Formats: sequence, structure tokens, C-alpha cells
Amino acid sequence: MAVARYIKDEKDQILDVILESGIHVKPVYTPKDLDRIGFDYEKDLADPGNYPYTRGIHPLGYRSRAWTTRQYTGFGTPEETNERFKLMIAHGQTGLNVAFDLPTQMGYDSDHPMAEGEVGRVGMAVDTLRDFEIAFKDIRMDKIGVGLTINAVATIILAMYQAVAEKYGFDAKTISATPQNDILKEMIGRGAWIFPVEPAIKLVGDTIEYSMSVMPRTNPVSVCGYHIRESGATPAQEIAYAILIANAYIDNVLSRGHDIDAFVGRFSFNLNVFGNMWEQIAKFRAARKLWARNLKERYNVKNPQNLFLRGLFGGGGYGLTKAQPENNIMRGAYYALVAALSGAQTTALCSYDEAYTIPTPRSAILSLRTLQLLMDEMGLRDTVDPLAGSYFIETLTKEMEKKIEEEMEKIIEYGGIVKAVSSGYIQRLVAKQAYEIEKGLESGELLKVGVNIYTDNEGAMEVELHEYNYASAEKQIKALKEVKRERSEREVVRTLRELEDAVKKDKNVMPYLVECCKAYATLGEMTDVFRQVYGEFREPPLF
Amino acid sequence: MEKPVKILIAKPGLDGHDRGAKVIAQALRDAGMEVIYSGLHKTVEQILEMAIEEDVQVIGLSIMTGAHIPITKKVIEKMRERGIEDKLVFVGGVIPAKDIPVLMEMGVAGVFPGGVSLRETIKAIKEKVSVR
Repeated sequence: MAVARYIKDEKDQILDVILESGIHVKPVYTPKDLDRIGFDYEKDLADPGNYPYTRGIHPLGYRSRAWTTRQYTGFGTPEETNERFKLMIAHGQTGLNVAFDLPTQMGYDSDHPMAEGEVGRVGMAVDTLRDFEIAFKDIRMDKIGVGLTINAVATIILAMYQAVAEKYGFDAKTISATPQNDILKEMIGRGAWIFPVEPAIKLVGDTIEYSMSVMPRTNPVSVCGYHIRESGATPAQEIAYAILIANAYIDNVLSRGHDIDAFVGRFSFNLNVFGNMWEQIAKFRAARKLWARNLKERYNVKNPQNLFLRGLFGGGGYGLTKAQPENNIMRGAYYALVAALSGAQTTALCSYDEAYTIPTPRSAILSLRTLQLLMDEMGLRDTVDPLAGSYFIETLTKEMEKKIEEEMEKIIEYGGIVKAVSSGYIQRLVAKQAYEIEKGLESGELLKVGVNIYTDNEGAMEVELHEYNYASAEKQIKALKEVKRERSEREVVRTLRELEDAVKKDKNVMPYLVECCKAYATLGEMTDVFRQVYGEFREPPLF
Repeated sequence: MEKPVKILIAKPGLDGHDRGAKVIAQALRDAGMEVIYSGLHKTVEQILEMAIEEDVQVIGLSIMTGAHIPITKKVIEKMRERGIEDKLVFVGGVIPAKDIPVLMEMGVAGVFPGGVSLRETIKAIKEKVSVR
């Protein structure tokens, strides 16, 4: 939450600033600092659009194209979600990002006992292709990119997305989906995992392999440092773990005999904007450089376009507070500025009311407007990487690069990312750091406005609550029963049996899932096939 | 020596947001309590099984999805059925102020919505346990 440790004297003068990643900030930076770190323009930065892409992946940045805005949206039934999608598009949003309810994320149908009380609560409920038909009705799927915030069952949801596109007459080659599909980070933070580590990575590999030929405009994996950071990781750890996780997925696809240049260009990243703003800007710049170098040096990637770190920089959830909720509107604006100064391709903001509720239409649009203001009113499209050359920013970027590499090295020494996640090493580390931050807030060593300084809450705004609609859940279950009555049981049994066979024989499951979706097999039925063959992830202990 | 308070920090249902649960588990342990952490995706039945098996005095439920009312209701009902209503139940998470009296009415010993400090949480649990 709070973003740096400040050592002060008795007159409140700052003697030292220690950023979360462990870097000390000096009071003044001069050309001597650039000499000290051995700064070399061509090697460390180069012009935007040139390796190592520190300054950005496009030569003209936001001049050629403003960022894509993609607020996280979805709740209740597919009808309600479709309505909200259209509202956001009407307000100028340029991409979609679908929120799914927890039963969907965990592979349960709406009528499963585990789904009780959760249907349509934190996102849209999905049981069968029928739900996608409703949710994406009148959406130009060949024109608008759609983020699908789904992980453990990303294979199924991506297959369903293809099936609905084809049903509406869009060629799979023209659709651009971005399933989140980063299961290793679910095991570190966010927690929507189902299957054990090894088969879970194999399923990510399946989506990448399949997209290459069938859905080449789709970005099959969005590697999320975001949630790792939300769980207590430092900015340097966020990037280090994200790169190592991406490498684990790459290794899986390479082991199938594919050429890296055929798929790695479609990888994207989802990274967090909250924290000390200088540290975040340096983090994003260093991340672009390290990702490009990782691909070039470790994997011998040839096509320069495949070296791009394309990122959604946004969110900032952990930075928001329940106290004085209106302050979150201002925090969101600063976070958005950080994302824009860092050259995000895509962005989304947590809404000010998220510590209370699912965002109301009003708060979701306010977040969207915050993003639009920067591009259309404040001049963030004027020039690329405007902070380049700053003695401070360049020194910090180089120091961040080193910190990220150190964090990567620690995991490699431990035995690699898969081992570090399976054993719970990273989970325990970030949980401990999260606890240290809470203690820092409690002792006042870390400052947070409205929480431990300027805490007078008088006259704070009332947050309008999004009310959960129990009738929506009943409607969803009724609709599921109807689909089950209407579909051909024979087709369902046949396609599920073929899926089971494919899973057991370790084939790529994607084409089989598309067939299951088209036969209106339910998400739960498909997930159960995987559950039976793979079993479930065993969460490593906290203590 | 006083016997330490034994507490189960539990994540009922499908929600995977566990930062809060893990922070509070560590804080309670540092405050001298014996803490069991349930892990994610536990059914109410599994949580009560654990509570009985470990013989805890306190169950802390961490719920971030907004489903705190149906889940807590089920916990309290099942505890009565199994005759373990002597155990104290606390609820933490994303809990709107208007729901706090509803939860208290159900019989929970305390509610800690986001923003309550570790110190206050520890103090409240210790006080309720000592009264018992």
C-alpha cells in the first residue's frame, strides 16, 4: 500500500528514501550518475521502436494510436453483461475485458452446489455456448479485441469464444481474444486454480499452439505480474516472476517442436501501476528491455516484432482504500498517468468503489473518462517516452533492471519457477512481505492518506452499492436447464468422450473443446473431464 | 501459563483472494495464538471438519466476494447442527457497513471489514475469547 520507506530527521527532513525493490533514491541526480551506471543511449535505450525497446515498442507511440481502454466488466446474466458492454462501447471504450463469476472461473456450472450464492456475483455466469451467444450479441468480434479474464479453464472459454464467433459469421482468423490464461500466477495470488502445475502448464501450451494456426490474431496468454504484486511482491519481483513464468510457457510450446518466432509475438503482459510512481515507470521501461533481451539471448528470437513487451498496465487495486473512498478517484488518475508515461498499449483502472462493491455504471465510466482525459486533454499523446534522458529516471531504470535480474537469479538458484510455485516458496515469501507492509502501516513507518495520516473521515462520500441480484442466479439456472433439455444428448456424450480420449492421449485439447462447445456441453461437464484425468492442485502450506 | 487461543483462519467458497487471510494468520500467530490456515476453496463442511479436528476455539472466515451473508448463515446453521456453536465465529473481508448488524444478528462474535487494523482485530478476538 504505502510505497517507500522514508528515513527522516527530527525536523521531518528526508534523509533517505528506500523503494520497495530495495533501491535508495538520492536527493539529486546529475550527469555523473549516468557516468556511474555506464549509461549508453544506443545500448540502454535506443530510439522508440528499436531494440531493446526501453523507450517503447512503436516508433511513434501514442501518436500512431492511443492506448486501448479495457475496463473489467461483467456481472449477473449474459444479458446484463451484454448491456454493460454496449454501454461502455457507447462511451468510447475501445476494447472489452470480460469478468466471469467464480463458478465459471472454477469450472462449475451454475447449478452445482459449490456455485451456491456465487452465480453472477463477481462476473458473468457462463454455462454453455448459449450464454456467449447472448453476451456477444451485436458485438463486432472482428473489430474489437476482447480480454477474457479466465485462467484454469481458459482452454474451454477460448474454445467457446471461437465457437460463438463462427456462429455469428466471423472467421476465427479475424477475431482477437486475450484470455488471461496465466495459471502459475493463480497459484501465487488470485487463487483461481484447479489442476496441478504440470497439466495446467500443458493446457496453456495447448492454447498457444492452437492459436498459431487457427486464431492468429488472438493473444493466447497474458502473463500477469499484476496479481503477484497484489499479493505482496515488490515491483522487481513482479517483473522477475512474470518473465520466468512466460519462459515456462515458452518452454512447453518449444518442447512440441515449434519455432519460437511462430508464437511468442502474441504473448502479452498485465502489470500493476500502484506504488511509488518513479519506481513503476522505471519498472515498465526495464521490463520491456529485459523481456526483449530474454527472448533474443535465451531463445534466439529473430523477428524484432516478436521481442515486444505488449502490456496492459493498469489496475492499482491494492493501492485503493476503503477509507475516504473519493481519494481513490485521484489515485486512479495518478496511476493512469504512470501507465501513460510508461507507454502502456492497453490500460484499465480499478474503480474508486471497488473496496466496497462491483463498480456501478457511474464509477466504471468515471474510470474510463480518467483514461480518456489523459489522451485527449492532457497531452500524453504528444511525444514518445517523455521522461527519457532524465538523470533520475535513467539511473533508476538501470537500477531496476539490475534488481529484476537479481530476483530472477534467486528463483533460478532455488530450482526454477515451477519448483518455486509448487513448493510454495514464492507464496510464503510474498505473504510475509504483505504482512511486513501491514505492520509498517500500523506503526506509521509507511504512510497512507486516509488510513494512518489525515484520517478525518467526516463528510466522506457514501458509496452506492451494486446489489447482488438473486433473481439473476435463478434465471441463469433455469436457462441452463432449458439448454440441457434442447441439446442433443448424443452429441454431448460423443464430443465429451472424444475430449476425454484427447486428454488421456495428451493431444492438443482445443479442437475437441470447440466441438463440445458447439454441442452445448456445459463448462462443468468439460472441466470434469479434466478433473478426472488430472486431479487437482494441492496448495502448499502457509506455515 | 494461559493456554494459547487456537484459531482457524478459513477461506470458504470459491474466492481465491487470500492476501488478507494470510496477513491476519501471521499477525495472530505473532500475537501468541495457535493458527491453522485452511487454504483455498473450502466448503463449509470441510471448514467445520477442520475446526472440530483441530479443536479450535475460534473460526475466522475471510470472504471477499460479497457472499458473506449466505456463507456465514450456512456456517452458523451447520455449527448448531453439529453442536459446536460454542466456537466463536469472526468474519473479515469486503463487508459493507449495513451488513455488519445482519451478521451480528446471526450470532457472529465480530466483523472486521477492510481497513480495520491488525491491532484492533487481535484485541477484539482476545477479548471475546476471555469473556468466554
